[in-house]
Amino acid sequence: MILRDHAIRYGFIILLVGLIAYFAIAAGGFVSPQSAVFIFQSVAITGVLALGVTATLVVGGFDLSIGSVATSAMMAAAYVMVVLEQNAVVAVIACLAIGVIVGLINGWLIVYMRVPDLLATLGMMFLLVGLQRIPTEGRSIATGMTMPDGSVANGTFSAAFLALGRHRFDFFIPNLIPVSVVVLLVLAVLIWFFLEYTRFGRMMYAVGSNERAAELAGAPVKAYKIWAYVISGVFASIGGILLAARLGRGDIASGNNLLLDAVAAALIGYAVLGAAKPNAFGTAVGAVFVGVLLQGLTMMNAPYYTQDFIKGVVLVVALVFTFALSGRGKR
Amino acid sequence: MGNDAVFRVDGLRKSFGHIEVLGGVSLDLHAGEVTVLMGANGAGKSTLVKIVSGVYERDGGTMSLAGQDFAHQDFAPKTPAEAIRAGVVTVHQNINDGVIADLDVATNLTLDRLSGSGAPTLFNPGRVRREAKAVADRMGLAIDLKARISDLSLADRQMVAIARAMAHQPKVLILDEPTSSLSSAEADRLFALLDRLRGHGVAILYISHRMSDIRRLADRIVSMRDGVISGVFDRKPLDYEGAVNAMLGRKIHLDRIVARNSARPVLTIDGLRIAEGSRPISLMLGDGEVVAITGLVGVGKTALAETLFGVRKPLSGTMTLNGKPYAPGSTGEAIAAGVFLVAKDRAENGIVGDFNIQENISLPFHKRMSRLGVLKRRVERVTARRQIQELGIVCRSEKDEMSALSGGNQQKVMVARWMSQAAKLFILDEPFQGVDISARRDIAAKLRASANGRATLLFVTELDEALETADRILVMSEQTIVGEHRNADIDLERLLAEVAGGPLHSAA
Repeated sequence: MILRDHAIRYGFIILLVGLIAYFAIAAGGFVSPQSAVFIFQSVAITGVLALGVTATLVVGGFDLSIGSVATSAMMAAAYVMVVLEQNAVVAVIACLAIGVIVGLINGWLIVYMRVPDLLATLGMMFLLVGLQRIPTEGRSIATGMTMPDGSVANGTFSAAFLALGRHRFDFFIPNLIPVSVVVLLVLAVLIWFFLEYTRFGRMMYAVGSNERAAELAGAPVKAYKIWAYVISGVFASIGGILLAARLGRGDIASGNNLLLDAVAAALIGYAVLGAAKPNAFGTAVGAVFVGVLLQGLTMMNAPYYTQDFIKGVVLVVALVFTFALSGRGKR
Repeated sequence: MGNDAVFRVDGLRKSFGHIEVLGGVSLDLHAGEVTVLMGANGAGKSTLVKIVSGVYERDGGTMSLAGQDFAHQDFAPKTPAEAIRAGVVTVHQNINDGVIADLDVATNLTLDRLSGSGAPTLFNPGRVRREAKAVADRMGLAIDLKARISDLSLADRQMVAIARAMAHQPKVLILDEPTSSLSSAEADRLFALLDRLRGHGVAILYISHRMSDIRRLADRIVSMRDGVISGVFDRKPLDYEGAVNAMLGRKIHLDRIVARNSARPVLTIDGLRIAEGSRPISLMLGDGEVVAITGLVGVGKTALAETLFGVRKPLSGTMTLNGKPYAPGSTGEAIAAGVFLVAKDRAENGIVGDFNIQENISLPFHKRMSRLGVLKRRVERVTARRQIQELGIVCRSEKDEMSALSGGNQQKVMVARWMSQAAKLFILDEPFQGVDISARRDIAAKLRASANGRATLLFVTELDEALETADRILVMSEQTIVGEHRNADIDLERLLAEVAGGPLHSAA
């Protein structure tokens, strides 16, 4: 039984280490600072979204709208700078405002309108996917585009905003670490500390485990739930800012995979260290795990179209780890 | 009774593991009679019902059902369907178990004909409606057959559930606390229906705690206690107090307590009304005093506890805590004011399953145990260890999962949680439910030993628990306080009469 306990606890970490070791031998150039940075960069945006959705999972909810919040924020950033010709600060504020507002609406729908979480956020997802196309009548946003009224949008993405996607910090090697990776790491530490070490995070876990008991222990349960959706919305909008800065335009077709990848990372996180519950550290490891796997396979010339299949396999295995092997099976 | 029993249970036994739940129950039901079965929680009523209705198998004893010629045949249903076919139909406590909310009334009334061998493959709405109408007419049911169950009131759902049960034309109908979620007007309609069934010669077993129901319906009362029948009352006028006495009874006490008096008032309640149409409650709780409020299930004990703790608001009246006005708008405000509640049903209302002992104990007091929002884990751990010691919680360490603990120890953790900080008013709602005798003694002793500096208020259904722990015992009936006793040379007759309720008693 001890062996089994250890297998559950460290199984996923061991798997990750084993995977890295395997790729290090099998794929040349896998172990290098550039490769590591590339892995982090490839999962930065989904990772940020996954950390946000972790907060809603902690209170026993779910947020399906994160992907569309991110793309809405991306379109909003482009619209603010290209069409309204505002600077980077205004664009960032507009994005964050979208995250807060969507989070509040989600929370309100779920807490006060009693719409089940999956359905409320599914509805919000549809609403946002549609909404982000209305201002430009379904066109992508880029400098020089023709607006519906025939005028030409002359604004540009400001250099400061683009730097969020393109600047790289020196770290032993010049121009190594992109801003998005720094943002991911900072947010991961922040949400991890918040959930594990503050009384607010602890109470969010209590709400997720037994809402009635949390209420009878004096917690404002409704407020905690709404806050969880606001956190999720804000994190998703930060993801959207990073996406806009990376692309340099408001691309209507981008960000399709964000939701599924982020949810997968958060759910894989259940299995890390045998937590069997949503946790920020696990989510980060889950995101990196997917990144390592895809990077390694790509370097070994696995075709791109197998990627989603592999992610799915990892997710299913992780869920079996969580629910069957750990024997807790409750969220 | 002159007529022969339709249904007879003799020496029924049932154990779960080592625990004997039914220790030889014998019971007769007669045609055209309502037999009321009374018993406290854990007396074995539900187990009895489940054996009769084919959910559980009996360990010993016999059951028999009278046939056409009044010759008794052995009755041993292996499944609920078998019991129904034999003519014994049960309407369970949870109304929604008896009906399907998303279907209309007609389909619900004929539901049992949709499955099983011989049922037609195709669903024929016309035929269903015809059959449903026949059932409804026979029962005098005036409900729109096209209405969806989810649009009906609880009472109407209950009627449909009973009508559906009656479609089998049973000889025996068992109703498990059918009025527990009905208003009194709704209950009246149910009673009219039951009168009709009684007239048709159905033998009815009616399980209830509500004295008003019992007075209205009972032809006979059977009291149950600790897995045996403790009294049968069938001589008119029925001896209601005797029945309550037989149900709650009084075992021999090993340790009598010395009742204390208190000088300084902690909580004063003035004219508090907790339910529409109930009489106001006024009472005073003193420093160092342990007061128990007792009464049957459903008389408003939990409602009063929740009102004091800010879960619900009183309809009228005022409360004063240590001389200051007290009107909590939320549980958080109540806790901040120093009013703590150990809620009843710990699995539902108390335990956070994902948390270990330490985290469960600190749950309400995060604010006091943190700085700038960051929890001080050392303080948390020290507190948990101290409380584990204080209450004698049996565990390996404060990091143990709650699921690893026995029921008694889980309850001790719940009490330890709220005793980890000083309270002004400490309320415990059914703190001894599902707790073994030794844990119960430990908790009661701890409550009495630490009572100074606060007022302690217990809500208990079992009279023994009140007698063992309290200085003063108040009796609740119909959402108000109807009696008060100092726990010394107590007049048990009067107390039981108050528990049994009745129109003659005036409010305290």
